[in-house]
Amino acid sequence: MSVALSPGAQTPAVPDTVTPAPRSVLTPADSVLEAQTTALASELRCPVCQGLSIQDSPSELALDMRDVIREQLRSGKSPDDVRQYFLDKYGEWILLEPKPEGFNLLVYLLPVAALLAGAAVVWRTVRRFTAPVAAEPAVLPPNPDA
Amino acid sequence: MNWRRALYGVTAAVPVIVLLGYGLTRDPRAIVSPLPGKAAPDFALGVFAPGVGRTAMTVGDTARLSAHRGDVVVLNFWASWCLECRHEHEALSSVARAYADRGVRFYGLLYNDTPSAGLAWIEDMGGQSYPSLLDPRTRTAIDYGLYGVPETFFITRDGRVAYKHIGAITERLLVQKLDSLLADPPGGS
Repeated sequence: MSVALSPGAQTPAVPDTVTPAPRSVLTPADSVLEAQTTALASELRCPVCQGLSIQDSPSELALDMRDVIREQLRSGKSPDDVRQYFLDKYGEWILLEPKPEGFNLLVYLLPVAALLAGAAVVWRTVRRFTAPVAAEPAVLPPNPDA
Repeated sequence: MNWRRALYGVTAAVPVIVLLGYGLTRDPRAIVSPLPGKAAPDFALGVFAPGVGRTAMTVGDTARLSAHRGDVVVLNFWASWCLECRHEHEALSSVARAYADRGVRFYGLLYNDTPSAGLAWIEDMGGQSYPSLLDPRTRTAIDYGLYGVPETFFITRDGRVAYKHIGAITERLLVQKLDSLLADPPGGS
């Protein structure tokens, strides 16, 4: 690392002759790899956290799992292959969003059903309060003097 | 009518209550492993704690799962910071000793820990009868779908995962599972 010296400054602790450390430059291929890693890591649940993806978790295991994703992608595996690897090890639990099939469909359909039912209740209630009251003929008590 | 409204309310509420009640009976941290019945992931890991007796290994040697075809293998993932690991240690060590002559191999796999802390823990616990291995960057733990410690895997003589136990294991369960696996001919279920 080179150190910029102001006039009259003391000898730097690191001499100027030290070869600058190579800066890591992301190639387009690296950027694609990182984007794929991030996308996959965002889909997978961190096993040692509560409701966090391995992308969002700072835990050691999540870091190691992200490394596994990166290594497998770098070795030529497709994102589907890598996803399948984790499915084979952890089961469908590892997916933050379960596949919309079978019993899992409840997760997707119940909120919609609840929303529709709630809307229906609101609609009926509003209608009841805003409906014009039908004018009924007043029934007068019989006049005792008549 | 009021009774009709009440019926609608009950009809809507009962399934939700049943679903929530069912949820209360489930442990959200208990993950059903897809591994039982499948081939156990192979590993080649360095020994950092040698164990004692017949199954002892030299520190620095490499232990390979594939070298134990024909043996029943028990893999126990543990760590020195794991409280429950203390509760199962005696059972694991004594059963490993008792079954060493019966074609059963035990390995400890250190999870997310340092070998020095692991060795200090073993000494503190009065020793470990079987070798323990290092798992750099937890690759083997991930291969086994681990999400915490302790977890114990039983591997059949033909190299399939037979059973995964989450949490501290007891001597009774170890003996029961091992007797069952030893009674099975290789290739049996």
